[in-house]
Amino acid sequence: MTGPPTDGGTEPAQGGGPAEAARSGGTIEVAGLVVTYGSATALDHVTLSVRAGEMVALLGPNGAGKSTLANTLSGIVTPASGTARTGGRLAHIPEGRQLFPDLSVEDNLVLGGWRSRARDPSSVYDLLPRLAELRRRRAGVLSGGEQQMVAFGRALMSRPDVLVVDELSLGLAPMVTRDLAAHLVALNRERGLTVLLIEQNARLAFGVCERAYVLEAGRVVAEGPCAELAANPQVARAYLGGPIEEATP
Amino acid sequence: MREFLTYLVNGLAVGCGFALIASGLVAVHRVTGVVNFAQGMFAVVAGLSASWLLGVGLPHGVSEVAAVLIATMTGLLTGLIAIGRRGTTPQSSLIVTLGAGVLAYAVEIFVWGDQPRSFPGLPGSLTVAGVGVQRQHLLVIAATAVTFVLLSAFFGRTYLGKALSACASNPYAARVVGIDVTTMGLLAFAIGGLLGGVAGVLVTPLRPISFDSDVTLIVNGFAAAVFGALTRPVLALSGALLLGVAESLAAGYGYAAYQTEIALGLMLVIMVVQSTRRATVLEEST
Repeated sequence: MTGPPTDGGTEPAQGGGPAEAARSGGTIEVAGLVVTYGSATALDHVTLSVRAGEMVALLGPNGAGKSTLANTLSGIVTPASGTARTGGRLAHIPEGRQLFPDLSVEDNLVLGGWRSRARDPSSVYDLLPRLAELRRRRAGVLSGGEQQMVAFGRALMSRPDVLVVDELSLGLAPMVTRDLAAHLVALNRERGLTVLLIEQNARLAFGVCERAYVLEAGRVVAEGPCAELAANPQVARAYLGGPIEEATP
Repeated sequence: MREFLTYLVNGLAVGCGFALIASGLVAVHRVTGVVNFAQGMFAVVAGLSASWLLGVGLPHGVSEVAAVLIATMTGLLTGLIAIGRRGTTPQSSLIVTLGAGVLAYAVEIFVWGDQPRSFPGLPGSLTVAGVGVQRQHLLVIAATAVTFVLLSAFFGRTYLGKALSACASNPYAARVVGIDVTTMGLLAFAIGGLLGGVAGVLVTPLRPISFDSDVTLIVNGFAAAVFGALTRPVLALSGALLLGVAESLAAGYGYAAYQTEIALGLMLVIMVVQSTRRATVLEEST
């Protein structure tokens, strides 16, 4: 789940558990980012920032470039121009979980610590006890919710300062999504983990995040506090199915 | 009966050689998705190198180990050419490995000549159940068994082995967690070279090897690897042993000229039956 800082980002924080994230203060700084696939422009001069300990949402329809941004922050995609920097160690929960289906849950977790050289998953088991029960099972045979929990635990194995979560709610039952969102909020509030939550489910995102960016066709078209964006008729119509009284997690 | 047992043991030894080639193919394919048609060349390089090193006076043991190391480096070099450039598709890499195998002919002829080479293996024989068995045959079988146990432990128990398996399981996820998939692919090619090298030094005392021996080795090794769906080493081992025994029995009972055809025909029938069974299982499960 870890990715290197791109384009001259700061060095990843060394050592420590998730509790140390608050001290290390993970940040995201994206400036004038352009990413192209051949002749197609996936991200067109995107600029956004996430401060240490903040939880920020990135909304947008399919094909807006959200996952490309996550992959660029992880160092998987190379930008054509601009910068995508993370202060501290980044972990990335990719869209669709992307586990190692042939390996056990424990092997998935342990490989999550590849970059940080963390081999002991006990801190993840303490946080997500269900994973301890499943540790010998093959990841590919788990339910969607269990797989998302493994992806979550695998990301935490890298002792991140910044967590990029791509489509937490994708394909999951509302109750499972709420449970995972509660874990995310707890990590953010209690341990200071900086979170960029990439979502199409705006109700969920507005319910748990302080600020949000809206990405469409590779460009940031709106940004601001979630309450203000929820009150914006265009955003509400596009992502909430119409104006709402109050966004709930 | 005694004849049959003799052919059986000979066949198992030859099959073990094919199994090592097949396991190299499986190791490379699992991690990179590339069918490495240069796999037979690694065995040829090792066999010719060992013969040459013994010829210049190096002792047994040192020569074989050095030959396996040369094959391992050849595997790494082949990997660099085949997958070193980012974005190369497995199909393109396959063609590159074919080209590397053909190019190797010129190098091998230049360095070692075009005549078959061999070297003495373990001398003497043992009597097992009333049948005389060459010590070299037993060495090949034992070394193959040890190699497969070590491979299984490496992929199943070690962190590096699991990282290699992770690359095979989901290359994108491997990159997300920070595993360098290209480096792992190169490591897989080096392992392929090592396995091919072990096959080469074990089989050359049984069958003299020349620059073009890779064709027989890769045809049989590939058939065995396909038997294991290019992903399952133990099934590939079973297929290789079956091939080796079929070839040995065919040669022993007077059909030496057709031994490869008989063995591959048998393999074809098994694969057709296997695929029909898979299709039936799929139909029943949907």
